[in-house]
Amino acid sequence: MISDPHEAEFQALIDSDQRIEPRDWMPDGYRRSLIRQIAQHAHSEIIGMQPEGNWITRAPSLRRKAILMAKVQDEAGHGLYLYCAAETLGVDRAELIDLLHQGRQKYSSIFNYPTLTWADVGAIGWLVDGAAITNQIPLCRCSFGPYARAMVRVCKEESFHQRQGFESLYALSHGTPEQHEMAQDAVNRWWWPSVEMLGPPDTESTHSAQSMAWGIKRFSNDELRQRFVDMVAPQAVVLGLTPPDPELRWNEDRGHYDFGEPDFEELRRVVSGDGPCNRQRAAHHLAAHDEGAWVRAAAAAYAAKHPATSAAA
Amino acid sequence: MVAGAAAVYTLRLADDCLVLSHRLAQWSSRAPTLEDDIALTNVALDLLGQARGLYARTAELDGTGRSEDDYAFMRGEREFVNCLLVEQENGDFATTIARQLLCSTFQLAQWQALTTSTDAQVSAVAAKAVKETSYHRDHATDWTLRLGDGNDESHRRMESALAALWPFTAELFESDAVAREADALGVGPDPAALRPEWQAYVRRVLDDATLVVPESTWTPSGGRQGLHTESFGYMLAEMQHLHRSLPGVTW
Repeated sequence: MISDPHEAEFQALIDSDQRIEPRDWMPDGYRRSLIRQIAQHAHSEIIGMQPEGNWITRAPSLRRKAILMAKVQDEAGHGLYLYCAAETLGVDRAELIDLLHQGRQKYSSIFNYPTLTWADVGAIGWLVDGAAITNQIPLCRCSFGPYARAMVRVCKEESFHQRQGFESLYALSHGTPEQHEMAQDAVNRWWWPSVEMLGPPDTESTHSAQSMAWGIKRFSNDELRQRFVDMVAPQAVVLGLTPPDPELRWNEDRGHYDFGEPDFEELRRVVSGDGPCNRQRAAHHLAAHDEGAWVRAAAAAYAAKHPATSAAA
Repeated sequence: MVAGAAAVYTLRLADDCLVLSHRLAQWSSRAPTLEDDIALTNVALDLLGQARGLYARTAELDGTGRSEDDYAFMRGEREFVNCLLVEQENGDFATTIARQLLCSTFQLAQWQALTTSTDAQVSAVAAKAVKETSYHRDHATDWTLRLGDGNDESHRRMESALAALWPFTAELFESDAVAREADALGVGPDPAALRPEWQAYVRRVLDDATLVVPESTWTPSGGRQGLHTESFGYMLAEMQHLHRSLPGVTW
């Protein structure tokens, strides 16, 4: 029963598939839920710079180095873009970054795995960006305007990254035996975490029902997971690499790939803080933030002394 | 007449760009603000693009037909001919900004002169690089003002950064037979000629930033002859390790 006229208007906009804009009235729960989701998304982009950035100084060719630098830079750009989208809901970036540092807001669990070889960069592009796109394409139709519009651009760049990752893995897989082995090893390690990246199974997903009603989420975790596997399974064949799932096979009747049960216990463990790199990623971000404090203080001091110049800059 | 002067000249330009690009890329995910993380990587990407264009031309000029990766990954410390300033370690943000101010002011003057190079490929790279490098200089200038004229700590850090880096600027303007020959051929300017413009700009910015131009009697040099500082070997070891560990493969 909706008695509040604001709420009725809000729900009518959502039901007619229109966008809610920052100045529109919205329920507190909707605002909180979006802040949480957009911030988590922004944090994921920023923390996600670390595992791939780990290979910038060792990229094996100038071409690959340029591609990787541009990609990591895109991620920083996505983070910036998303923090801005969150700011339209009345929070500010510094506040969100504090929440990240306090562990009160999370980022995608996938970035808590290490990038041990060069092939991991390709595997992240192919699988992790592939899973991210699967998750994000429906968000282009999210009911909150600034988030939906941000996603349109983010998805374009992510699709490009996924193709770059695929191409990089393809070169390795079709290179020397050592390169092929490096590619297969990376896929062995990144496959399951990527499948798990789509979230806990529908039976355990806590935020899903309300997010669906609000037009924030359009498909369930398990639907998205199926979509992801259906996309990457045939790509693995083209790559000449074998996903580490003996149950992965085409099911003619369903018109989908069947696949094994992901280890959701591991997902829970990594999400709750005990993945291989949780502590390292958080410490790295915090250290950079703390080491930069004097620079931000200097910029603020300069702006206070020179209001005209700073406004023009 | 110096045999192959043009090739050595373009190789020096290319190595300056590659090495500075690598140093800046080391900032990724470590900058004080997200905006500067993006900006520093952007500068690094521009420099990498400039290096690639120049290696391609060098391979034609020196007749070896080497690939850009041969130049970047298959030469040892003694074969790199970049100046010492670009290889200096990042240090804190003030050190990186000071290095950027000193380098980008030099490079902008150099690229401007190179737009009229008699070598069509060099002038084409320069035409694009002038636009990019003027942004690099703006970025470094803005931060030099903010740090120099920010608060006590930032002022002190900028002062020490400049004191540490200033001695390495003398080498930028060294003239030698290669530089004079390149100048005579119209390939590019003798760097000695770029000094007045560089000095005027840097002095003005430092002055506006309430910073003093450091004095130094020490003028280290040797980069153009492949005599580098110790940290450079570590940089190359990291950069070249993977490429060299599987020789001849396609990445």
